[in-house]
Amino acid sequence: MSQKDSFVKFEKVDKSYDGEILVVKDLNLDVPKGEFLTMLGPSGSGKTTVLMMLAGFETPTSGEIYLDGNPISSIPPNKRGIGMVFQNYALFPHMTVKENLAFPLEVRKMQKSEIDEKVGNALAMVELQDFGNRMPLQLSGGQQQRVALARSLVFEPRLVLMDEPLGALDKNLREQMQYEIKHIHEKIGITVVYVTHDQSEALTMSNRIAVFNDGKIQQISSPDVLYEKPNSSFVAQFIGENNQLKGKVKSINGENCIVTTESGDDIHALKINVNNNGDGSLVSLRPERVAINSSENFENNFDAKVKELIYLGDHIRSRVEVCGNDQFIVKIPNSYKEENLKEGSTVKLSWKASDSRALDLN
Amino acid sequence: MNQTQTSTGPILTTDGIPLKVSLKKAERINKIRAFLLVLPLLAFILITFLVPIGDMLARSVDDRQINTVFPKTFEVYKKWDRQGLPSEEVYKTMFFELKNSEGYAVGKASTRMNYSKSGWKSLLKKSKRKFKKIEEGPFKEQMIAIDKKWADPEYWLALGQMVDPTTMGYYLNAVDLKYDSSKNIVQQKENRRIYNKTWIKTFKVSLLVTLFCLLLGYPISYLLATLPMKYSNLLMICVLLPFWTSLLVRTVAWMVMLQQKGVLNNLLVMSNLLADENRFQLMYNQTAVVIVMTQILLPFMVLPLYSVMKTISPTYMRAALNLGASPMHAFYKIYMPNSIPGVSAGCLLVFIIAIGYYITPELVGGKDGQMVGNWIAYHLKTTLNWGLCASLGAILLAMMTVLYWAYNKIVGIENIKLG
Repeated sequence: MSQKDSFVKFEKVDKSYDGEILVVKDLNLDVPKGEFLTMLGPSGSGKTTVLMMLAGFETPTSGEIYLDGNPISSIPPNKRGIGMVFQNYALFPHMTVKENLAFPLEVRKMQKSEIDEKVGNALAMVELQDFGNRMPLQLSGGQQQRVALARSLVFEPRLVLMDEPLGALDKNLREQMQYEIKHIHEKIGITVVYVTHDQSEALTMSNRIAVFNDGKIQQISSPDVLYEKPNSSFVAQFIGENNQLKGKVKSINGENCIVTTESGDDIHALKINVNNNGDGSLVSLRPERVAINSSENFENNFDAKVKELIYLGDHIRSRVEVCGNDQFIVKIPNSYKEENLKEGSTVKLSWKASDSRALDLN
Repeated sequence: MNQTQTSTGPILTTDGIPLKVSLKKAERINKIRAFLLVLPLLAFILITFLVPIGDMLARSVDDRQINTVFPKTFEVYKKWDRQGLPSEEVYKTMFFELKNSEGYAVGKASTRMNYSKSGWKSLLKKSKRKFKKIEEGPFKEQMIAIDKKWADPEYWLALGQMVDPTTMGYYLNAVDLKYDSSKNIVQQKENRRIYNKTWIKTFKVSLLVTLFCLLLGYPISYLLATLPMKYSNLLMICVLLPFWTSLLVRTVAWMVMLQQKGVLNNLLVMSNLLADENRFQLMYNQTAVVIVMTQILLPFMVLPLYSVMKTISPTYMRAALNLGASPMHAFYKIYMPNSIPGVSAGCLLVFIIAIGYYITPELVGGKDGQMVGNWIAYHLKTTLNWGLCASLGAILLAMMTVLYWAYNKIVGIENIKLG
């Protein structure tokens, strides 16, 4: 990505609060214009700090942040023109919805008529036309969330930051809002940097996801790549459901390798981030990529003992013991019918070498 | 039709009692239990608070005292046309009632009579002593012979104010007014007008103290609410430290600080900022009262302010900055309006305490710094004019009630937050 393409750019940014521990380590990140980038990670991974540095509430200990090609580290937050949706919305409780939306326009000394028009448009965008004169506390959580979203967009910022904006909503509303935010982003084409610890939220909305851990980006790529091709065992574990088989690298053959588990089984897998024979490795495998009693010829074929079967409607979730791992999950499709599938029975599992990824031991 | 009637009838429990009745029954025991728990407090408040206040209000208009000493005199007095001197009958009943009553009762009655017309007290005292020698009438001439004041219609007219068992006289007195001898409301004599000035002074001092407490307390509360825990705890101790120190010690410390040869003046003179002969007069006047009361009442402003500010999320300020407001603008438009409940609670609290304050004006106020509270104490202990004390107190109470009402109208009492 060239310098021109990158709208937001972090260059060698470090951040420490106490002078001892770096919460953000040597961060380099480019966000092109119009992208929806999600920073995903467990709490304490540094993702919120990165957002706060971008908003101007924290300053980088070293390195520089560029917005549209200009360094912004020395610009105070009120001069940056970046919209932000806060975790608990931060709607001003003593102002009506309209006054909340008009606030950023008033501080920019716009004409009254212009303000009214923009506030009206913003309310229409989040479908809250009839709620303009309510106080924030008279609104439901979802409505407050939408007001906060409208307020962050009403002054037409170049960039919008969202700090776990859906964290306080219940599950259904959260899913609904995910789509609404995604649609608004698609409609107005604004650049969004979004922070969450919820992986399904990240997968639903983002163009790209940056997975944070321990102050560093572990992997940054589109949702499908992140899910299908995790390049570290942390990412594999953090995103989606994942089976792990622990072993040592036996042999490496170009792109592929063989990992021997403690139970003595050889697993054919893609070589991702193991380097030498004898290295410890976790082989990662998505449950839905494992076939049961299949006639097809895959590289990996093992007998497994069924430990537990849970009927979940669209699929049967079964926990089996294979290659010394008794927490191995297989998702058996609803269409699979076999009379003798029951707890304690033995089944044949098979999967492609290209679906199993030999990752670091973490 | 029948069906709709049964469906709209009261809901019954399984044993046939209407649900509402059995619900009430079930809740009654809880209610009684709760009531019993607060009963001691209720009784305590009733005995130590409501009854004394009621007694005070009654005393402020009570004028029965005198009617119990001279009941018959007042009966015949009512028939008098208030022209010239009263008839022999009035003198006669007065004579016997005075002669036969106990000295203690006469003393109290004469004190009351002296409020209406000074001179009554000595007149009664002297007369009672000399009446012993007089056995039979006519009494009018003999009484006038004892003291010429008995022949002064002014004294007799002044009695007219006391015929009713209730009086507004104390209230009038408390605002520099009085009844004249024909029961018209007139101003006190120029040199006896002290209360209106005192009221104005009390208000002025209380308002100034409230204002200074707010000006000093707001920033410190802001710091308390926003600093990291380890600093804010230390600061909180500094704020609360005066609370743990005796009021008298603090006041005396201020006397050392502020007097003409005190610490502050000495420092200014020593550093050549002030000429020795121009030392500030900071003690025994209103300035001293305002300074010391501000210091003493500051925690009452800081605590409610702090507790409200603690609830103002710092993200409001961040959001305002993010939306483009300068820090000053964000503070003025976002932070201050949200701190209003604390400001009003603190101001109301400080003002209420200040307006009835006694000890500080007494110690550092000198002649110029006396407030209403000091006059109440003076009349309570020195002149024993409890009626006037009661009326001054009742006016204070009424003022606070009006203030509270106005506050409720403007801000709403539900917005108050004390912590």
